[in-house]
Formats: sequence, C-alpha cells, structure tokens
Amino acid sequence: MKIIIAGDGKVGATLVRQLSAEEYDLTLVDVNPNRLDSSTERFDIMAVQGNCASMEVLKEAGVESADLLIAATSADEVNLLCCLTAHGLNSRLHTIARIRNPEYTGQIYKMRQAFALSMTVNPERQAAVEIERLLKYPGFLKRETFAKGRMELVELKVMPGGKLCNVTLNDLDSVVKCQILVCVVVREGKAVTPDGNFVLREGDHIFVTASIENLTKLLKNLGIITHKAKRIIICGGGRVSIYLAKLLQKSGITVQIIEKDREKCEVLAALLPFACIVQGDASDEQVLESEGISTCDALITMTGLDELNMVISLYGSKCKVPQIITKLGRTNSNGILDSLDLGSIISPKELCCNTIVRYVRAVENQSGAALAVHSIADGQAEAAEFVVDESTMHCNEPLKNLRIKENVRVAGILRSQTPELPNGDSYFQKGDTVIIVTSGQVIYQINDIFV
Amino acid sequence: MNYKMMGRFMGRILLVEAAFMLPALLIGAYCKEDEAVKGFILGIGAAVFLAMGLLHMCRGAGKGFHAREGLVCVGLSWIFMSLLGSLPFYFSKAIPHYIDALFETVSGFTTTGASILPEVESMAKSLLYWRSFTHWVGGMGVLVFLLAVASTADSKQGFTMHLLRAESPGPNVGKLVPKMKTTARILYILYIGLTLLNIVFLLLGGMSPFESVCTALGTAGTGGFGVRNDSIAGYSPYLQNVCTVFMFLFGVNFTCYYLLLLKKFYNVWRDEELRLYAGMVLLSIALIVWNLKGYYSTLEETVRHAAFQVVSVVTTTGFATTDFDLWPGFSKAILLCLMVVGACAGSTGGGFKCIRILLVMKNLRRNVQKVLHPQKVQVVRINDHPVAEKILDNTNAYLAAYTFLFLLSFVLISIDNFSVTTNFSAVMACFNNIGPGLEAVGPTCNFGAYSVFSKIVLIVDMLAGRLEIFPILILFSRSAWKHR
Repeated sequence: MKIIIAGDGKVGATLVRQLSAEEYDLTLVDVNPNRLDSSTERFDIMAVQGNCASMEVLKEAGVESADLLIAATSADEVNLLCCLTAHGLNSRLHTIARIRNPEYTGQIYKMRQAFALSMTVNPERQAAVEIERLLKYPGFLKRETFAKGRMELVELKVMPGGKLCNVTLNDLDSVVKCQILVCVVVREGKAVTPDGNFVLREGDHIFVTASIENLTKLLKNLGIITHKAKRIIICGGGRVSIYLAKLLQKSGITVQIIEKDREKCEVLAALLPFACIVQGDASDEQVLESEGISTCDALITMTGLDELNMVISLYGSKCKVPQIITKLGRTNSNGILDSLDLGSIISPKELCCNTIVRYVRAVENQSGAALAVHSIADGQAEAAEFVVDESTMHCNEPLKNLRIKENVRVAGILRSQTPELPNGDSYFQKGDTVIIVTSGQVIYQINDIFV
Repeated sequence: MNYKMMGRFMGRILLVEAAFMLPALLIGAYCKEDEAVKGFILGIGAAVFLAMGLLHMCRGAGKGFHAREGLVCVGLSWIFMSLLGSLPFYFSKAIPHYIDALFETVSGFTTTGASILPEVESMAKSLLYWRSFTHWVGGMGVLVFLLAVASTADSKQGFTMHLLRAESPGPNVGKLVPKMKTTARILYILYIGLTLLNIVFLLLGGMSPFESVCTALGTAGTGGFGVRNDSIAGYSPYLQNVCTVFMFLFGVNFTCYYLLLLKKFYNVWRDEELRLYAGMVLLSIALIVWNLKGYYSTLEETVRHAAFQVVSVVTTTGFATTDFDLWPGFSKAILLCLMVVGACAGSTGGGFKCIRILLVMKNLRRNVQKVLHPQKVQVVRINDHPVAEKILDNTNAYLAAYTFLFLLSFVLISIDNFSVTTNFSAVMACFNNIGPGLEAVGPTCNFGAYSVFSKIVLIVDMLAGRLEIFPILILFSRSAWKHR
C-alpha cells in the first residue's frame, strides 16, 4: 500500500515511525529539507521537498498511484487544500486531514463532504475526549475501547493493602463480584500473560477487559471509587484545555484554568465564560495553593513544556490530589517515567497516530488484518480487534479444545453486539468481533493465534 | 562507532563474495584448470572462514548506525573484498606477487581496468572470467547487491541510506521508490537486463560465448579488462560498434532507464546531465574525426575508432580498438579532458561525473554574476529544480579533495622516474577508473613496471576514485575511529 504523508511535524514523524515498521511504501512531503534529511536517514522512506498543496509536488510524490494521503502540516487550510488537490488528481485516493482549529469543529461533517475527506483527525480534541473518559472513572490509568465502545480494556494498579492484593486469579470473581478478565500483568516492568494460579501482588499493573456496565461495578466493589470529580484544575490554556473545559462543563464540573499569558487568558475567558481563568505561573506553588490544589478532585497538566507538566504533576501527587493526568509530547522515554508518580499520561500526537494507523489497517483489511490495534504496557503487549470470517479456522469449536499460542489471550468476544468474556466453552462464530491480547509477539491475522 | 554492526555487514559481504567466486570455480573445474581451481578453493575457503569469524564475533550488534559508520563500513568492505578477491590470482600462481594480484583485483572491483599483466591470452579461463566479473560487481556495488538480497529486517532500517549514498556515485544519491530493498532490486534488474542484452548482441556478431560474457561484464561495469591482448581491436567492426553503444548506455544515469520504464520520456529528454553527456561525446567525436584526417584509410574507420575511444574514455571503461597514444596531440588532449569529466552520476562509470561539472560551472557563473551585481541573489537550478547550497558546498569540497589527492599521487609516483606524461596519465587513469593512460601506460602497455610503493598509491587512488574519495579519506581520520 502506498501512503503519502504531508508534513514532517510531530504527528508526521510519529506516523512514519509506526508505519515504516510495517510493509507500507511511505513518501514524506515537507517544505523543510533538513527535517526530511533526518527522517530519510532514520527510516526507510522516500522524501519529496516542497509545498504539499501544489500539484507538481504531489505528482512528484506519486499521488496518482497512491492509496492514502495523510495531511498533517501545521496549518488546517493547507491540509484541506492538499487533500482536495490530491483527490482531484486521483479520485480513488483515501484522504485524511488534520483539522484542529476549534472554530472548525462544528462544521467538520460538512467539510468532510465538501473536501471529499475520508477522515479528519484532531489530536487536541481527541486528547480532551480521552481525558474526560479517564475523569469519569478515576482509578483507571488507561482506557482503550473496542468494538465501537462496547468493550473496554483498562489498566489498574494493585494498591498496597487493596482488595486485589494477594488474590489468586481463580478467586478473582468472588472478590470483584462481576465478570472481568485479566489479560496482561506488568510486574517489575515485565509483561506476563497470567494463568488461573497467578497471584496478584502490590505494585502490579493489571490490564483487564470488561463490558462498559461492569466497569462501574468493578470500581465500586474494589472500593476505589469514592466520588465523581467536581472541581478540576487545568494548568496551561492550550487547545486541549479549551476542548476539555467545554466537555467538562456539560457534565457540570467546575473548571479552573491557570495560564501564564495575559492575552491568552482573555481569549480563554471570552471562549469559556463558565470556567474560572486564573492568570499566573502554574509552576509556582503559591499560585497552586491559592487555587486550592489540596482540595481539588483532579489536576491536569497541559502546558506546552513536558518538563513543567511533570514537575507540576509531581507536586500534585505530593499534595495527594486523587487523580492526576499529565500531557507529554515526547513519549519515547516511557521507561524513565515509570518510576515517577505522574498519574495517567496522555500524548495527543500518539492518540492521533493510533487513530490513523487503525484507519490504515481498516483500509487494508480485505485480508483479515486487525481492525484496531492498541499498544499497551509500554509497547510490551498489544490488544487487537479482529472480525471472524469464512477464512477463520476452528469456528464453532470450544476454546478449551483448541491449542492457542503461549502469551496469547482471547480477551473478549462480541456476538450480535453483546459483549461476552470468553471461558473454556466459548467458541468463534462467523461475524463475531474478537479481541486478542498478546505479549511478546505480533498477531497479524486471527489465524496466527493457533499453534 | 558501532563496530559489531559493521562487522556483520562485512561478514555478509565476504559471504556474498565467496558465492560470486563459485561460478568461476565451476568454469575452472569444467576446463580442468587445476591451479586456478586450487586458487579459487583457497580463496572461497579464506572468505568463508573470515566471514564466519566476523559474524560469530559480532553477534548482538546495537542499533546505532550513522553516516560515519556507513562511510567507514563501505570503505573497509571494499578493502577487505579486494584483499580476498585477489587470493585466486595469487594462490593459482597466475600472478606471483601478491601486490600485483591486489592491484589487478582492485583495478577490477573499481572498474578501472588497469592491468599489470603483459599478456592475458595464456591465462586460465576461470581467472579471466573472475577478472571480468569483478568489474560487473564493482560497477553497481556489492553493498547495493547486499541490500537487494538482504532480509527485510535489515534493509528496513533507515541507515541503509548511508550505505547507498557512500557506494553509489554522484553528489545527490536518492532512492527510486520508498523501500530501499525495492530500489536496490530495480537497479540490479536494470543492470542484469542491459548486460544480458549486450551478451546477445555480441553473440549475434559471432563472438564466442565465453568472450561475449567476459566482454559484456567488462562493458557493463565500465571496467575494461579484455580477454585478448589487443583488447577489442581484433574484433569485427560490428562488434566494436556494439561495444561503443553499450559502453555509452552504461555511462547513463540508471534513474533515466527507470523513468523510461515509467514512460516519463519528457523528463529523460530534458535531463540536463544526459544532454551534457551526449553533447560532449558527439562534439568530441567530431573534433577528433576532424583532427585525425589522413590517419586511417576510410572515413568509416576514422569515425568508428574515434567514437569507440571517446566513449571508452568518457565512460571510464578503457577498452581500445587502436593505440590512441599514436594520435596527434589535440586528440590526446581531448581524451585527457574526457578522462576527468567521466560519466553520469548513478551510472557504473567513474571520473568527476557530468553532474558535478554542471554544478561547478553553474556555481562559477553565479559567482561571476556576483562580481557584476554584488547584491544579486541567485539559486543554482538543475532540471528546473533548485539545488541545495549544501550540495554545492559538497561539490566544491569534492573538487578540492579531488585536486589535492590527484596532485599528491602524481608527486608520489613520480619517484619512479617515468616521464611526466606517463605519471600524469597513470594517476588520471587510475583515479578516474579508466585503465589505460598515455606513453608507458598507454593502451598497448601496462602498469607492471611501477614500483611496489607506486602500485600501492595507485591502488588507493583507484579505491578513492570509485568510492568518491570520502569513504577512503575517512579511514585516515583519527576521529572516525574514536569511541563515542
């Protein structure tokens, strides 16, 4: 499959990193020759220098024979023009544009039609949605959805002295009193696929699948949930903060935004009349104290600087804020971050890339490839969603009779829209959506899970 | 410095080289050439042994591989490859001195075609084949071959770009398609296709199969080792013309052929480098034909010889149909100039490359304009695309390094007290990977008379010329070897 990526910025570079590891022919277009040079030296791709909205440059990048164009330059208008021009040159081309100006959010659907876009992505809005989802269920470090949101994979930490401590997985049902399935456990930085005799210990990170309804039960029965967040402090007034504040306002949550820049504050105040905008330096403990950090329900750090976000989050965890969410632009250093108490980590560009990669796979999904793939546990494990079709082997055979590879877990089956957690008697049937969690190996097709 | 990764690459290259020696071994066995067979078995044994040792020692290599590693890796690979490739000549006692055998092999791999052998017809067929085959491999590059056949896991890394850039000639090496492996494959498929076509045309002219294969391999790599003492002079006019045409074709940038396959005829037609190359060849032929009036009996013969020699020199092949050392001064001067210019970038030819001449000239014109209009801002363009200042700087640096190395070698080999013309043309012929020079190293003579020291200088020159100086130069830089 031939893919053209316009714009070698944060999203472009992350996409190149993810897609070049697979069998795609990538061509990168950017105006800056130096950026392109460093990209071509690190990845097996081709580069074309020039304005991605110009016909000549697009032709040079091979748009006529390409299958997909992803426009991710810094300017929305350029992205739109680029997709429109490219579509004019090749009508069977799929186009994805990054549109992130909040003023365009309302007209996204109309724009998609007018500009013949296959999809639009908005990393900041996506991050805001993700944060809102995390706020709804405090206690989960990460949430990934499958099957259009009917099934969830969540990350939990086994707290010292908590109910999960020293529980054998076979006895888990009696503790949590609802149906869940533990797919992967990360102990001391290593991901393992546990069996029934596995005993949970404090400090373990566990990845659990459950249907949406069971999630609330799970939290309640574990005694993690105390109350829903009512007052939230957001540090930094960027685009994500605007989207987030708007979302939270609908759920009736009080939002305080601390922003350093006076002019930005005024813009925010005009855009978000319901929120409390405070002008001040969020890294200053005095400012945080006077805004009542020690009594707020959640602290979200979203300034433009990763370092600053980390420092504020650490201060927040010292003040015992119940839920902390940290935005990081650079996520390559995840190994170091584990030792820090930063709460949930959100990276807009990665969220956005995951969406695009999912789309790329769906476009290619004529041959039973995964519909969605989420990388979990610092990339040590993957959760993938497949559809059972004619080519799938061992349909209608109970799972207990099948030989399935080590480190592979069937984490969920959705039959006619109803989620079901599989046990030994479950079986695959044509049309099912199946969620597979693996650690240590990549599963490209559903048939790869069988020995 | 990622020594382990470099070791792995070199181990693999030696394995590839051992595999390349196998056909020669089979020819030897078929023709019952016992000495040569012994030489090849020992050569293959040594290469496999060393390769296995390297691969064993360099397990678990790290990921870091940068421009520096790429350059050093290419430089060292070529040296190792030459050291081992010369073993068959040495062990079969066809060339009794090792340094002579090395000279011959380096001359083969770098597609120079300069020989130390006074006569070749008595040589074992398998060795003659191996001599010509080194041209073929060296022409497109053995690392490029490795990239074409290597497992995808390795060629997927972006750093393979450094290898391609270091081994392929030209100031601005790029990929044809996004995947390195596919690019390397396309290049080799084009190369193999053209070589086969050449063999067919030679066979149609009545050349024996063995000689057609060897001649075609020598032509494809723009090398110039012949299988007869008089090079191509003994063949029929038809065969000479076939050689002329194919030498010219192998001197063209291979990107042009790819564009032709994509039916982008207009881009090829407008290609400035191709125009310069073709124009230069035609003009030189015309001038030499005019200058040679009366040397040959018919006009046809004059044109044929002039065309053959011009193309042979400009593509840096070095075949000859006549002793051009006997030509008048003006013709020799033209040939000497063509030696420097060389073929197109991205071809198998050597020399300074047409594209660099274009860049240097355009830059010069810009600087002249600057004198007249000091405030004028100008961008150098090639094929209507602006050329990055970085590439212009690199080209100027290359010109400086080229001139300096040239003069240094010229002085060093002059210790042997040959005439100035001999020494000058010898360095010219080796550094630009041509083969024959003038006077004592002319088309009918050879490099055997030079001292061991001069031969080593010329060996370094040949390698530096083929790899475009920097991969060899960097081996002498202390900071390249420091741990970082």
